[in-house]
Amino acid sequence: MGYVKVRFELNGRELELEVPSNITLVELLRERLNLTGTKKGCEIGECGACTVIMNGAPVNSCLVLAPQVDGSRITTIEGLSKNGKLDIIQKAFIEAGAVHCGFCTPGMVLSAKALLDKIPHPTIDEIKEAISGNLCRCTGYWQIIKAIQMASEML
Amino acid sequence: MSAWAVGKRTPRIDSIGKVTGKAIYADDIKLPGMLYGKVVRTKYPHAKILNIDISEAKRVKGVEAVLTAKDIPGVNRVGVAITKDQPIIADDKVRYMGDALAIIAAHDLRTAQFAASLIKVEYEVLPVIEDPEEALFEASVKIHDKGNLICHHKVRKGNIDAGFSEADIIVERKFETQMVEHSYIEPESAIAEPLDDGGVRVFGCMQNIYTSRRILAQVLNLPMNKVVCVQTTMGGSFGGKDDAMNILACRVALLALATGKPVKITYTRDESMIDSYKRHPYKMYYRVGLKNDGTITAAEIKIYANGGAYASMSEFVTWRSVVHATGPYRIPNVSTDIYAAYTNLNYTGAMRGFGSPQIALAYETLMDECAEKLGIHPYEIRKKNLLRTGDTTATGQVLDGKVSLNEVVDAVCEASDFINKYTEYKNNRARPGIRKRGIGLACSYRGVSLGAEGVDYGTCFLKLEEDGTLIISIGITDMGQGARTVQAQFAAEILGLTLDRISVLDINTSRAPDSGPTVASRGTLISGNAITNAAQKIRRNLELACEQLIGKTSSGFIFENNMIINPENGRAVSIKDAAAKAIKMRLPIHAEGFYPAPQTSWDEATGQGLAYFTYVYGANVAEVEVDMETGKVNVLKVWASHEVGKAVNPEGVEGQIYGGIAMGLGLGILEEFEFKNGVPQTTNFDEYLIPTSMDIPEIECRIVENPDPIGPFGAKSIGEPTNELAAPAILNAIFNATGKRISETPANLEVVLLGHKLKR
Repeated sequence: MGYVKVRFELNGRELELEVPSNITLVELLRERLNLTGTKKGCEIGECGACTVIMNGAPVNSCLVLAPQVDGSRITTIEGLSKNGKLDIIQKAFIEAGAVHCGFCTPGMVLSAKALLDKIPHPTIDEIKEAISGNLCRCTGYWQIIKAIQMASEML
Repeated sequence: MSAWAVGKRTPRIDSIGKVTGKAIYADDIKLPGMLYGKVVRTKYPHAKILNIDISEAKRVKGVEAVLTAKDIPGVNRVGVAITKDQPIIADDKVRYMGDALAIIAAHDLRTAQFAASLIKVEYEVLPVIEDPEEALFEASVKIHDKGNLICHHKVRKGNIDAGFSEADIIVERKFETQMVEHSYIEPESAIAEPLDDGGVRVFGCMQNIYTSRRILAQVLNLPMNKVVCVQTTMGGSFGGKDDAMNILACRVALLALATGKPVKITYTRDESMIDSYKRHPYKMYYRVGLKNDGTITAAEIKIYANGGAYASMSEFVTWRSVVHATGPYRIPNVSTDIYAAYTNLNYTGAMRGFGSPQIALAYETLMDECAEKLGIHPYEIRKKNLLRTGDTTATGQVLDGKVSLNEVVDAVCEASDFINKYTEYKNNRARPGIRKRGIGLACSYRGVSLGAEGVDYGTCFLKLEEDGTLIISIGITDMGQGARTVQAQFAAEILGLTLDRISVLDINTSRAPDSGPTVASRGTLISGNAITNAAQKIRRNLELACEQLIGKTSSGFIFENNMIINPENGRAVSIKDAAAKAIKMRLPIHAEGFYPAPQTSWDEATGQGLAYFTYVYGANVAEVEVDMETGKVNVLKVWASHEVGKAVNPEGVEGQIYGGIAMGLGLGILEEFEFKNGVPQTTNFDEYLIPTSMDIPEIECRIVENPDPIGPFGAKSIGEPTNELAAPAILNAIFNATGKRISETPANLEVVLLGHKLKR
């Protein structure tokens, strides 16, 4: 098993690491960096629980190999609240009742963040589309959609 | 008492950890020196095990234990209901593709996986049975020594022959439902840690940790006080993290005790789907007699439930079905038989609804078929037959509590304009057009809590601290449904505390007493009554303290916003000061709460008795658009009305309704766990499709509150009733649009277009 040197920005901090070439980004985050907020639900890019923001776009971190992070900018759920203050999307998720079991929540919040960074005032269809790669079995999605609308209004 | 916490829209008290990624789920735990475990599974769904050779696997560097059934110190047959038939590790036979042959612990997962590939097993392959009716044929191979029948329940009421002879028409229909996977997004995970006293502590996403502990103690041959189960944050369950998690807990505990080190196993999604139990597929034969005016005179029902490889909850799931099989209707003559049988598919057990989503599909679509045959509107035929207060159910129970069926049915029909739209869309059927609209109605009644299937009580421990904060310790668990928040609301209501002053402890079997499993939509009613009981005891002592601090009152103190007020003189004191005074007076400010649920009864021979101590009522209307060329069904909108007694947290009630409808839509048109000769084919979310944000309809909720004297502040339940109505409402809407009766689920493209499934 080979190791590859990578430099990238994680949650606003520059990192330089030797990473095994055969692990995925979600494994790098969870197993090596102890950032367990990124969840693992299917490992084939279907459930979206492992969503992180990479260079401004939401990606399934189970489909990204660790060496591919070289030169990139990555935000995980741990990087969203600043100085202990919740991001408005996080606040809106709590307020709207969008958090049930919470296992899809980090991925959902980051998909919402990537959407609102691009389109600050999305339509319902744009919201549905943006979270269509994030499975949730608890909520039936409506409280999540409502939360993203609330966050959009607070922007 | 004016409600100040109960009934308010309340954000979840445990959501901050979940939105920041700090909440600890089982797989997030890493203990020092922890090993990684792997389950080695069978290659055949049904076979005798002739020999297992683990010698090569044991020699792999980094492997610390390879265990087979021989290494289990206690019992190796477990179960959550009556029959105990499931091995932790298979010994004589394998009966489905999830059966384990060995378990391995190694320094890392890849080493454990490599070692697993070196285990050699000799099998004698046996024929595979997939169908429960076939399983009961005399000539069928026996999956278990006792034969393939798991259980048989019946209901006998009135005189079935007389009932049919009174009928003007008789309608018969066979229905088949599919196997459904719970699809909690968090796969099963558990970590076991050996303790100094020879015991073991298991962290994990066990739904019912007291059941887990009971089974662990039996399997490990340990006393219960040396087995500690700690529930980690649960990433969903829907009934699905009972048996499968009990067994996983045993597997990690066996490895931890064998190696003396902590061991974690987290299933991949494929392992989760192959290992875990599902919702029973049902084959249902319904025969109903009616008079020309729509009055039902008789119903004769025979159901075969596919129990899969092990009994699990089959005995109780099918019991709930037999009680409710005739739906929320007044039927004087009933004969119902339900059989659960072993097959070589995944075992089936508890899943949200627990035997009700299947039968609701049958009786509610049949109701529309009867209406069509008699030329009566589906609304009218229901109004004619719906149970009313004082009526007698199929099991002979007089419904003396308020029956809210007419209210919920009228609420959804008015909101959706069901009566007019149904007629309009029916008249549209014959007109040209590729896209046809349809609208459908479904309603149900549902027994709350365990009913006559179990012993029903709740207990808790409340501890007010000297600074006016409160700790709640209770065994009713939060799997994401919001139990902690409503538990805190009940305590807040009685003690006048704000929610930020209340902690609900993580659940640990050695800390909180057992309140029975968190199942059967019993959490709110059972925990609410236990907490109310304890909080009232603390409140009484605070009142005694207040009499000295702010004077006596005959109109009762007001507890609100962390203060206690004497309304007669306007004097007030903080709860903190009242608590300090109570301590000085040597009055306890902690209390145990206990709630014994009302008695129920059941006569197994006749299927008559007080099946449940109270019921909830619900109705859905679904509007769909069907593409007549492709068979694609687009669900446009669902209206849902549920009578819940009292909505303790309306936000939570709506969340349950939205989620239940989404899951019901999956049952109706999308999901199917498929097999090919006993081998699962749909083992990840690329093949097993659950609804995404693009699939969900608009949803409108109408919550009806008729407080029940049995419930805390009148509250009953909501979790499961939301999951039994969307599918039949959608199927009825498809019929309204197309004129085609659908009697199997899911109503996917082939079923809608061709009327039957295409085999893989």
